Amino acid sequence: MRKIDRRTFTKMAGAAGVASAFALSAGARVALGKSPRVVVIGGGFGGATAAKYLRRFDAGIDVTLIEPESAFVTCPFSNTVIGGLNSMARITHSYDGLRAHGVNVVHDRATGIDAGKRSVSLANGGDVGYDRLIVSPGISFRWDAIEGYGAATSQTIPHAWQAGPQTVMLRQQLEAMPDGGVFIISPPVNPFRCPPGPGERISLVANYFKKHKPRAKILVLDPKEKFSKQGLFKEGWASLYGGMIEYRNASNDGTVTRVDAANMTLHTDFGENKGDVINFIPPQKAGEIAQTAGLANDSGWCPVNQQTFESSIHPNIHVIGDASIASPMPKSGFSASNQAKAVAAAVANLVKGEAPGTPKFVNTCYSLVAPDYGISVAMVYDFADGKIVKVKGSGGLSPSGASAEFHKSEARFARGWYDAISQDIWG
Amino acid sequence: MKAKGGLLLTAIVLLAFPVGALADEPSPTVLANTCFSCHGTDGKSPGAMPSLDEKSASYIAQTLREFRSDEIENTVMSRIAKGFSDAEIDALAEQLGRK
Repeated sequence: MRKIDRRTFTKMAGAAGVASAFALSAGARVALGKSPRVVVIGGGFGGATAAKYLRRFDAGIDVTLIEPESAFVTCPFSNTVIGGLNSMARITHSYDGLRAHGVNVVHDRATGIDAGKRSVSLANGGDVGYDRLIVSPGISFRWDAIEGYGAATSQTIPHAWQAGPQTVMLRQQLEAMPDGGVFIISPPVNPFRCPPGPGERISLVANYFKKHKPRAKILVLDPKEKFSKQGLFKEGWASLYGGMIEYRNASNDGTVTRVDAANMTLHTDFGENKGDVINFIPPQKAGEIAQTAGLANDSGWCPVNQQTFESSIHPNIHVIGDASIASPMPKSGFSASNQAKAVAAAVANLVKGEAPGTPKFVNTCYSLVAPDYGISVAMVYDFADGKIVKVKGSGGLSPSGASAEFHKSEARFARGWYDAISQDIWG
Repeated sequence: MKAKGGLLLTAIVLLAFPVGALADEPSPTVLANTCFSCHGTDGKSPGAMPSLDEKSASYIAQTLREFRSDEIENTVMSRIAKGFSDAEIDALAEQLGRK
């Protein structure tokens, strides 16, 4: 392939008058013949994929993954746990697979990044140096955004928008709820992680209630006018769950202005809504380390070069997944993993002083409206004129008015998707 | 000697920036890696999705074209295939297909 040693490349680039940022940033380490070092922060859909695929692209790259948890619990399919269809074990993945690929997995928390010195500081002390850093921190919450809902409140009124103990808490509360009770779910404003997630959660809770608490009600208080896959979800709800679900959008007093945890009440401009179980999903921003390291802008998310996902703020740091501004790609696990593969390819080239290459992206998201009723959305993206653009004529939703057989096959593919993507990332 | 040096430099430049317009195309590896999210790493599916690793390149290319033109049943693949050009389909089929 087009391999060329750094000295020749630099000489050539200079001689040809090409101002080549990537050639200069390759670092002295490479010239000295040592392995390039890439550090990845975060072992979720983005980070774990980046670590594994970097090793696949070039086993000569020294890859360290920094992740505090000993296993990863996926948000995708966590709604099946909340709906009583799966156990937590089904959505929990160890890092043994990554170790087998030669990734150095360090279970610690990254507390800071020194972009000048190219090093990451760890909670348990010590620093890890890098030639290139990939940051995939997911989301954090704007705890100050809605009166009455902070980190402490989430210990009684779960958000369950980061999978793990929050998922278990919401499941246990739903199990303990009496038949005839009211479950209130309040999704956040845009942009947020997994746009079709609330619709799927509403669906799978309804599926659980239908079998076990048939007199229960679900109230949805949405601060937006519409939500992802709305037409398909509403079509499914009408055919499967009758009048169990009441959806109120922004124009119908759906915007929650205050959370009264003591009285289990969500206040809106014109009403008070009391629930037996409440799932409040707060507004979001890029994960904590992105904020601490100054990788986010005023929007709370991280601006990047959409070809390489290198930060527009700090050089040699690539931000991928939910935390990055990758629009028009949605904040999904699939997007994060797909960006990670393209960025791993680019970084594997960049650390050798080669051109990063051109990416192309896909997003595919399945949602379950019931265990045997699936729907999907997909989109293909090109990198053109310096940004990510949808490929005209590609992508879109499952057709409306489809047969039961079609929905059954999409539900089967949803499970096949989960099995494949989790194996592709952590296997 | 001068002319020879110039020729060498040209050759190196061509090596580093291969074939002009083609440098803007995603590599076959980048194209094929996307498929692994649903079809498993290297096309070996662990679940309900079809495996790709035992299919021939020509079968994969033909099937993608049939999805793209809606000649075969509508799954998510009909919507995804519409995002790929003939050249991209051929490149990724070659990369994915049975060796």
